[in-house]
Amino acid sequence: MAIDSIKDKAAIVGIGVVDFSTDIGRTEWYTACQAIKLAAEEAGVNIDDIDGMVKSVDDGPDPTYTGKGLGIDNLLYHSENHWGTSAMMNAVHAVAGGLCNYCVYYQTAHRASGPEKCISDFLVAREFRDDSLDMVRYDYFSPFGLIGEPGYVAMMYRRYMHETGIKPEQLGWVPIVASENAARNTNAIFFDKSITIDDYMQSKLIADPIRELDCAPKVDGSIAIVITTPERAKALKQEPVIINSVASGYALEGQNYTSYTRDVITDLPEMENMAKELYRVGGMGPKDIKVAMLDDTFAPYVPMQLEALGFCGKGEAPAFIEGGDKIRVGGQLPVNPDGGEIGQGRFITTRIVEAVRQIRGTSTNQVANTDTVLVASGAGGPADGMICRKE
Amino acid sequence: MTVEYNPDQKIPHPAMWGVLYKSSTPFWEGVKNKKIMLQKCKSCGNLLNPPRPMCPKCQSQENEWITAKGTGKIYSWVTFNEAPHPAFKAPYAAVLVELDEGPRIVSNMVDVKPEDLEIGMAVEVTFEDVAEDLTLPKFRKAG
Repeated sequence: MAIDSIKDKAAIVGIGVVDFSTDIGRTEWYTACQAIKLAAEEAGVNIDDIDGMVKSVDDGPDPTYTGKGLGIDNLLYHSENHWGTSAMMNAVHAVAGGLCNYCVYYQTAHRASGPEKCISDFLVAREFRDDSLDMVRYDYFSPFGLIGEPGYVAMMYRRYMHETGIKPEQLGWVPIVASENAARNTNAIFFDKSITIDDYMQSKLIADPIRELDCAPKVDGSIAIVITTPERAKALKQEPVIINSVASGYALEGQNYTSYTRDVITDLPEMENMAKELYRVGGMGPKDIKVAMLDDTFAPYVPMQLEALGFCGKGEAPAFIEGGDKIRVGGQLPVNPDGGEIGQGRFITTRIVEAVRQIRGTSTNQVANTDTVLVASGAGGPADGMICRKE
Repeated sequence: MTVEYNPDQKIPHPAMWGVLYKSSTPFWEGVKNKKIMLQKCKSCGNLLNPPRPMCPKCQSQENEWITAKGTGKIYSWVTFNEAPHPAFKAPYAAVLVELDEGPRIVSNMVDVKPEDLEIGMAVEVTFEDVAEDLTLPKFRKAG
């Protein structure tokens, strides 16, 4: 049990989004600076006032480099966390703890057009100098052709099908609802292109049982988010989105998408641990959440998260998603009204942007009276998340 | 069906030929001698899979390597209809075998088509020389 001093001590006051594309035609350095400038302008914060910068290790140029690009004179705080949206924790801790005043969390990734450094190839492995359990996949998996994230997830999902009895006709509603939601989102690659269950059933089983439509497509993009204290937020341009709680989740034998050595490989103990902490710090429970922004990098993780985060009971998720009504806007628990990563492209900080828009009431697919949103990332590995709320 | 390879492409080799996961060297040395080796904690007997520097149950750093029987059951599998690496010819399956000793390892099947795989299928190890410098532990239907 951790201290809960971060509760309500930080707020999101600005977002900057560079339009997604499959070939953005700029350097990541350029689009990182562009998104941060947009976010600062939206917030009403001068670039000179930014004194904290955080990001994930995966995506974009590091803070000192990006700060140089922006012309920032001094950074009181900068750090990089691992995957997911875990850098949000760094930002909240830094602002709530007084380490800096205005912290920017940015993600810049050109996965569609740029060299693919993080997904299913060997470049990352070559950068490691020593043993790491994540490297096991290159050693124990690759010689047998188990290569790439769709395949890693498929190995888990086959077992999940076996244990839960979930059918493709049920899982298909995750990408279908994602595409319906994305069809309203002008920044989404599925804009105006929603799919049906027939489209889903015909989607190629690239790594059987994972279909092409179960995977978030790669995009180029850049997003920045400005975080400060609720007190400082009062002098700024936007209605602040209060960060009620932020937490990470860890569990033994966890390995991104490949936690095959656990007794049970078909649940998300990291998400369960994270949810316990989020709800405890925030003083909330699953019933208090109006919109869920879930990790849909791969579709099977959506029903698994619904159970791990307490939105439905164990074993109930396949029926919960079937037909889509419960997870659509207007349903019991709208999931990813922006289309998620399946609908928009693989870009993790879109979840935070949509959480902010839902609370401000400015989403392209607005859920009425949204005052609380849960954001979850890192399904199938180290997890992190936050609950944010209306002031 | 056995996995087929494109002869002009190099099959991804494990760490002992490169710079990667050095902790697995005894496993791959064992494969050369047609054995599946498992790391075992000398203090509490816990099997450490994948191999690692410390027992997660008792924190002992003393370990030894034992020879597994080479029998187990299919725990899960994935069929690649698109090859994610040019060395492999799709379709082929990668299987997750739960060894009778407990640990699970990734492998391929010999003489079993992907569509004939079943969770729980009893399997036994066989060793296949897939390249001049690479032997892999694979599995066939037991009995």
